[in-house]
Amino acid sequence: MEKYKMHILICGGTGCRASASEAIQNNLQDALKAKGLEEEVQVVMTGCFGFCEKGPIVKILPDNTFYIEVKPEDAEEIIEEHIIKGRKVMRLLYTDPEKKEVVSDSKHMGFYKKQIRIALRNCGFINPENIDEYIATEGYAALGKCLTEMTPQAVIDEIKESGLRGRGGGGFPTGLKWEFASKNDADQKYVVCNADEGDPGAFMDRSILEGDPHSVLEAMAICGYTMGADKGVIYIRAEYPLAIERLKVAIAQAREYGLLGNDILGSGFNFDVEMRYGAGAFVCGEETALIHSMEGLRGEPTVKPPFPAESGYNGKPTNVNNVETFANIPVIINKGAGWFNKIGTEKSTGTKVFALAGKINNVGLIEVPMGTTLREVIYEIGGGIKDGKKFKAVQTGGPSGGCLTEKHLDTPIDFDNLLAVGSMMGSGGMIVMDEDDCMVSVAKFYLDFTVEESCGKCTPCRVGNKRLYELLDKITEGKGTKEDLDLLRNLSTVIKDTSLCGLGQTSPNPVLSTIENFYDEYIAHVEEHKCPSGQCKALMQYVIDPELCVGCTLCARNCPVDCIAGDRKEAHIIDTAKCIKCGACMEKCKFNAISIQ
Amino acid sequence: MAKIKLAKSKVDTLVEICKSFNNEGSELINVLHKAQETFGYLPAEVQEIIARELNVAVAHVYGVVTFYSFFSMVPKGEFPISICMGTACYVRGAEKVLEEFKRQLDVPVGETTEDGKFSISCLRCVGACGLAPVVTIGERVYGRVAAGDVADIIKEYQS
Repeated sequence: MEKYKMHILICGGTGCRASASEAIQNNLQDALKAKGLEEEVQVVMTGCFGFCEKGPIVKILPDNTFYIEVKPEDAEEIIEEHIIKGRKVMRLLYTDPEKKEVVSDSKHMGFYKKQIRIALRNCGFINPENIDEYIATEGYAALGKCLTEMTPQAVIDEIKESGLRGRGGGGFPTGLKWEFASKNDADQKYVVCNADEGDPGAFMDRSILEGDPHSVLEAMAICGYTMGADKGVIYIRAEYPLAIERLKVAIAQAREYGLLGNDILGSGFNFDVEMRYGAGAFVCGEETALIHSMEGLRGEPTVKPPFPAESGYNGKPTNVNNVETFANIPVIINKGAGWFNKIGTEKSTGTKVFALAGKINNVGLIEVPMGTTLREVIYEIGGGIKDGKKFKAVQTGGPSGGCLTEKHLDTPIDFDNLLAVGSMMGSGGMIVMDEDDCMVSVAKFYLDFTVEESCGKCTPCRVGNKRLYELLDKITEGKGTKEDLDLLRNLSTVIKDTSLCGLGQTSPNPVLSTIENFYDEYIAHVEEHKCPSGQCKALMQYVIDPELCVGCTLCARNCPVDCIAGDRKEAHIIDTAKCIKCGACMEKCKFNAISIQ
Repeated sequence: MAKIKLAKSKVDTLVEICKSFNNEGSELINVLHKAQETFGYLPAEVQEIIARELNVAVAHVYGVVTFYSFFSMVPKGEFPISICMGTACYVRGAEKVLEEFKRQLDVPVGETTEDGKFSISCLRCVGACGLAPVVTIGERVYGRVAAGDVADIIKEYQS
């Protein structure tokens, strides 16, 4: 590595690759070759930088220049100006939206200032397909330390002391879980990594696996050491081809280096990892369901106890942790539990990765200390609401979570606080909504998801969620009554109380929290038959204001069903009977003459 | 099993796939992944052969195939269109985009147009939330799609 004078890092995360980051890489390499600089400057495709909103991202080391929204055709200029002449390409730098100043270094950008990256420490920093780069950043040092200096119990105690809690949603103390699994004797035990990220709108596990796969392998081996397991299985979504590919490369390299396989580092400890593919079932995030799926069965959950720590995969003691949980382990071992548990809050230590998305200026993947407030995340890191609109709600915890409002913005985010206000941490999805979002429709959206994903085993979840969906649908159609709201509440409580697994126990949360926090909006739907945000199609009409319409005919030409009539330079009219309410006219109108009533 | 009308070469391929997983029932999901990769979808006959080879009930295979959304019993179109219905895409208008694809192609979600060219499906989060709403056609990813862009996107594939 030391032979290079400069490094150009390109984001190889899913979002940036979709915006041609591979072509940028090729063009940069070609431009370097043309100048005879390929021996001096290294081009590396890394994992996700997190700042997806402004991707593709290109970062230059050692001066830390952070270029945004780079296009393949910019490659030559970057080489010519920055690499050769030492002048930054100003037009590709980030401009602080408030101060209107150009910021060239990510450390000084609002998006990164409040972040502490532990689980994401190597994402956007190392080449995930090169084990040497991982080793150069203290990689596999933690495994070495555990195998040579620590007893299994000492490792468990360290993790317990760190206060680390499961990042997949449950928040169960990781050290305790490891201890349970270590205490059950068996001829075979398993370490399972849950990489079946199913929460729509959360992509942290994928980013870690794509950006830093070795951190997960290392942590799985450490876990195997503590519980006496020599087999690890990663259960990963088949929809994540890039993460699968990078894991395959990482596993092969680790085996080659003797960091997986027999007699690791001469310690006599054996551990190897294989992969199993999920096939798209949200319920498989539940550990018993996941284990059944690994066994080739339908992913239906079963009653606990017995817990997987006693009888899991193939009936053997099994410990299941999520990707992000594992990614924290090597750092805790390297830096010590005392370092880790000073970050965050008393009962939720460390950091949490959130996928910040929706109506927010800076969409991306962020990692903040527990206890950071929603306001800090949304306004300081997220840069506020898109298009200057008004904040309405933030949804955390995915389909199991709830919608929080203005009054919750100063709540410090941790496992317990979010539960207390009727939402949950979940896997870390955080979707911001503005004044244009109808909360009844949002609840309906989540229920649509749950209805599809319910495995069907428990009647309250299978049938109850469907009834919830139908009630919400009725309300968005303008046919709901006030009694329906009581029914929604009662049914929600029954589903929560009587379902077997986490899916059913939490699926009514989006309904309950929206009724609780946006009761007026529900009332407007059922009493006035109006949708205040103008989202419910059945309750709205597009109209053209004859005062504002100049008769440019643009709307009529764009109407897919030809329901707009009017002569050139005359005010136009929408035939509401024919209108399919697609909104194309309103989008195209340059005179703001079209509105929703 | 007399009903199987698949070409012999295809049956042989399936038998090979099962064998590569030691004909073990617990490998069913991996076998199905491989079979769908090879044939594009998992029709009843394919499931029957897999059941026979792995020595499990056809009902069990069918149960697994229908449980997981990744497995399909109908062939996808030549250009499979997937609209991301993750929450981030939803709040940025994915539903309108989906409606427009359905309307223009006149085909419901999960089905294929009569000429076999396009199929529409919804998927949950491709992890490109910064580009929401996202549509994928085959390997190609379209970001920040509006309902008004749909006609142009379809046109790209119609020539």
